[in-house]
Amino acid sequence: MSAGTTRAARRWSWETWVIGAGIALLVLYCLAPFYWMFVSSLKGPGEITGNALWPDDPTLVNYRGVFGGQNNFGYAVRNSVIIAVSTTALAMIIAIFSGYALARLRFRGRNLVLALILACSMFPGVAIVTPLYQLFADWGWIDEYQAMVVPNISFALPLAIFVLTTFFREMPWDLEEAARVDGCGPVGAFVRVILPIAAPGVVTTALLVFFAAWNEYLISSVVSITLASNPVTVALAKFAGDSEFQQPFGSQMAAGVVVTVPLVILVLLFQKRIVKGLAAGGYR
Amino acid sequence: MTERRSDERAEPPESDREAPPTPASPRDAPSVAEPGEQVSAVGTVPRGSRLGGRSPGDPVGERRGERRLALWLLLPTLVALGLIVVYPISSAIVRSFFDDPIGRAPEFIGFGNYVQALFGFDREDFWAALGNTVFFTVVSVVIETALGLVMALVMHRAFRGRGIVRASVLLPWALPTAVSAVMWGWMLQPDGVVNALLGTEIVWGGSEWPAKWSIIFAEVWKTAPFVALLILAGLQTIPPHLYEAAAIDGASSWRRFTAITLPLVKPALVVAVLFRTLDALRMYDLPQILTGGANNTETLSILVVRTATGELKQGYGGALSTLTFLFVFLCAFLLIRAMGANVFAGFKADGVKR
Repeated sequence: MSAGTTRAARRWSWETWVIGAGIALLVLYCLAPFYWMFVSSLKGPGEITGNALWPDDPTLVNYRGVFGGQNNFGYAVRNSVIIAVSTTALAMIIAIFSGYALARLRFRGRNLVLALILACSMFPGVAIVTPLYQLFADWGWIDEYQAMVVPNISFALPLAIFVLTTFFREMPWDLEEAARVDGCGPVGAFVRVILPIAAPGVVTTALLVFFAAWNEYLISSVVSITLASNPVTVALAKFAGDSEFQQPFGSQMAAGVVVTVPLVILVLLFQKRIVKGLAAGGYR
Repeated sequence: MTERRSDERAEPPESDREAPPTPASPRDAPSVAEPGEQVSAVGTVPRGSRLGGRSPGDPVGERRGERRLALWLLLPTLVALGLIVVYPISSAIVRSFFDDPIGRAPEFIGFGNYVQALFGFDREDFWAALGNTVFFTVVSVVIETALGLVMALVMHRAFRGRGIVRASVLLPWALPTAVSAVMWGWMLQPDGVVNALLGTEIVWGGSEWPAKWSIIFAEVWKTAPFVALLILAGLQTIPPHLYEAAAIDGASSWRRFTAITLPLVKPALVVAVLFRTLDALRMYDLPQILTGGANNTETLSILVVRTATGELKQGYGGALSTLTFLFVFLCAFLLIRAMGANVFAGFKADGVKR
């Protein structure tokens, strides 16, 4: 009995050690590049090419470069916020309708609609770039927010509908029916009973859509030409100087940090939900 | 509308599988021929039965109302997808049959653009882009699946600090690819931190193979954690008592891994591979920003954008984008066939878990 316990204890500690080392490696793998981006952003022109783990003379000069003068990254941040927030709001409204219908209602052609949505999530973005560019040029949408919001919505819809349908399907709809038996109208039952229960799933889906919209690059790089309408992704890539040897890496890293900070906050606040949403959208 | 109607005829049992019909429904209950469904109709209490009083006299009308409501609720989605997906793709296909003249109206040239892309004097660009796309996809998906599986196994066994681990694994996924590309471009400078750590002096952006590997590094770094999360979700559905039983039977840990873990995590693995493959085939941001397509790192997506919006060749670009589109769909089709048609069955089967 006592021999068994010690053997179990020894194996447990050996395993703990290996798992601990694995976790440390994993965290290092994920975070080291972020650390390097952050450290580089604090290095002045004299130190930027050295590989010191921490600058001798930390400076905010790169951040001033990012927000000042020709870069004016403030525009880009504002543009991205507008584009990502409106994409998320509009896509969620549309997706909630569809998610509800697909999860809750019985109708024929359901599989056809699902197949169509699925097919739309698979098509390559480049397949629509040229015609959209042409269309938006005709409509005078080049450099306008809607030229980025509208395509973003269609990219986001399949994802949002899939995740929402999964969430809606697991909801206790009996409660809604019970509320109606107790005298609630259909709208009242939905608002008072279902919406509060659905809120976590809706928030999760909205987060996934927001991330996707914040990260979009392909369409924006084609339909947003001037600095005034560039989202952060395009503006950041454009920082590259005229020649390869003059790339302003310090400012690029500073801009990278600026873009990353809101994502870090969102991830820390909502990590559990995001993982759940990814799993729901990923397979089922 | 016609599609809907033909669909109605094609799959009558579908709506019944979802929720057993109310016994009160005069149209459904007697006419359902399949014995399995009869059993389930008897065995379970139908969801809507408590509301039988809501419209007792008219269940058929109620269902018709549901159908109409569904159509209205789905309409915005269908319009949005039609406008921004179906219309542009069809218009690119139409345009791909016309030439790209300067100063006159485009002329219909049949498959001329396709012939030029595949066999004409631009053929090397197309085949090189296709080769690069396949190379990037195969190599990075293999590496990130293996790495993701190891990461998932480690995370699954972690007892403490789960929150921190989960958050750090999510960060590479959440980071915009554009930022990741710029970040890796900096780290892969000739005097950058990667060379310093490796003790090498590789000019990563300077020649073909270093440039290709730098794209794969950056891609794997960003996506392996995502694969790990999908696989972890699969691992967490495996009931622990299976391992306990196997341990009592004296199965070694390797045997438990191959006999329990791998088969049961396979669905999650299959989906992760499918999603990652389809994503990698469309790779644009990363190579575009990291190498600009130089040193034979151009992918199909970069080629299409360069031709269609950079050189303003709409017809030829349309042909290239159609070829890309067909290629991605062919890969999706083959993958789904090869890896099991059940990938999306779970989704379609209305939450009936088997």
